[in-house]
Amino acid sequence: MDGNQRYAKKQKLSHDGAAGGGGRYDAGFWALMVMLLYCQELGVKYITAYAFSIDNFKRKPEEVESLIASMLEKFHLLDILVKRLAVRVHIAGNLELFSNELRASAMELTEATAAYSKSVLTICIAYTSRDEILHAVLESCEQKRIDLEFDNDDDDEIKLMKVEKNMYMAVAPDPDIIIRTGGEDRLSNFLLWPSCWSHLHSMWVL
Amino acid sequence: MGYVVYTSLELGVWGRFKAIRPNSVGILPRWKSERRVLSFFIFKWASCYDALLLMGGDMIVNILLRLTWHLLHVTIHLCYFAINIANALESHLISNGLLGRYKSLHISKLQYLAIVIESEDCRTSNVIELLQWLADLGVKHVCLYDKEGILKQSKDFILEKFNGATLFQENDVLLDQPLMTLEFASFSDGKEAVAKAANALFMKYLKSGSISSYQGEQIFTESQMGEALKTVVGGNGPEPDLLLVYGPARCHLGFPAWRIRYTEIQHMGPLKSMKYGSLIKAIYKFTMVQQNYGK
Repeated sequence: MDGNQRYAKKQKLSHDGAAGGGGRYDAGFWALMVMLLYCQELGVKYITAYAFSIDNFKRKPEEVESLIASMLEKFHLLDILVKRLAVRVHIAGNLELFSNELRASAMELTEATAAYSKSVLTICIAYTSRDEILHAVLESCEQKRIDLEFDNDDDDEIKLMKVEKNMYMAVAPDPDIIIRTGGEDRLSNFLLWPSCWSHLHSMWVL
Repeated sequence: MGYVVYTSLELGVWGRFKAIRPNSVGILPRWKSERRVLSFFIFKWASCYDALLLMGGDMIVNILLRLTWHLLHVTIHLCYFAINIANALESHLISNGLLGRYKSLHISKLQYLAIVIESEDCRTSNVIELLQWLADLGVKHVCLYDKEGILKQSKDFILEKFNGATLFQENDVLLDQPLMTLEFASFSDGKEAVAKAANALFMKYLKSGSISSYQGEQIFTESQMGEALKTVVGGNGPEPDLLLVYGPARCHLGFPAWRIRYTEIQHMGPLKSMKYGSLIKAIYKFTMVQQNYGK
């Protein structure tokens, strides 16, 4: 979901919105909800959205704070909306980089929607593909260490399948198509691992 | 449907006879029984006509829908045909230096170029011609990738036929090379390499004893992972600035994921219909891009 800042500039949305700057991203949130509805109508079960990158922490502290506040607000809204649509929500990313409040809110949303299965929405926050790959390797190494400690080790080495199981995106199959708004032609550290056979589509729309 | 309608009309026929009462008494038979028979046949005829009208109506709607569908297809085909003609013309103009803005490329911005080719499309003659074009444009470092590793298997042949290149060595990007450096990669340098790197890191830290203290702490970083990948793959180049995909779809076909974080990805179409003008246009488009890197 690229192009929020450009959209806000084009629409002359205030830098400091009702949620302290996060108001600029409201349009993106509602566009995602509309896309979710369309996907349900079309029979597309798995949708993954890139909401906040680890690279976004490099922005000004006040902007990051307002984005996090906006995320908390959107989690509450999402809680209501996805229950009506029977959508299961996963939050993928390095949530350790966030405060306890946001982590708890994300966990609540995930648990509250665990029973739904009509669609699966994965929201990537504090996510980059490199961090995801590194996290999967670390988890695989830790599991290997535990297996060795308890003499439970059947494999001589860490297998690719084990690394893939520990990916944040193991909750969804590999995407068939990745759509980027804003007109850019790069993946920007998003879904690099599962996108081997995905059609990459770039759109100029904001 | 017409038959169903006709049958249902026929079943209700006797009750509806009374509704058929022609005004002109003179043309009607005098006897009631004959009147009844005539009414029956008129009604039958009317029912058939209604049924036929309904059947015909369905057919007309079907025909109209099919016509609309075909018309839509033809329109879309014509649009794409026109776009292809325009692209071919533009490519021709660019190749001949007739479009001013493409005359000077800031090629120094393109430090490392990757080319992904569909394995079924890997003709070495086309690859060598493409490399020659890139050399003429001043591109210094190229990574050739195909999923099956056909280019990797043909690397000696390619290096022999294309005199202007040497095999990529790890420190080549830092040095100003007179010849182009070529790296050859395949699918095994991607996901499988990450699994091998995971094993290498695990063994390294197991031996050093630091892995025993792992309690959710990050014991190795992205840069260590990168180093491990270079060790297991060997001759693993840096992150490409631009990735050109020669194939039927815009898809990176498993190019090592670790290396394409911020890489611009452009689709060039099939290798057999590659154009010099399209190559210049793709590189020009890359040189005009500005990245914020998340900021």
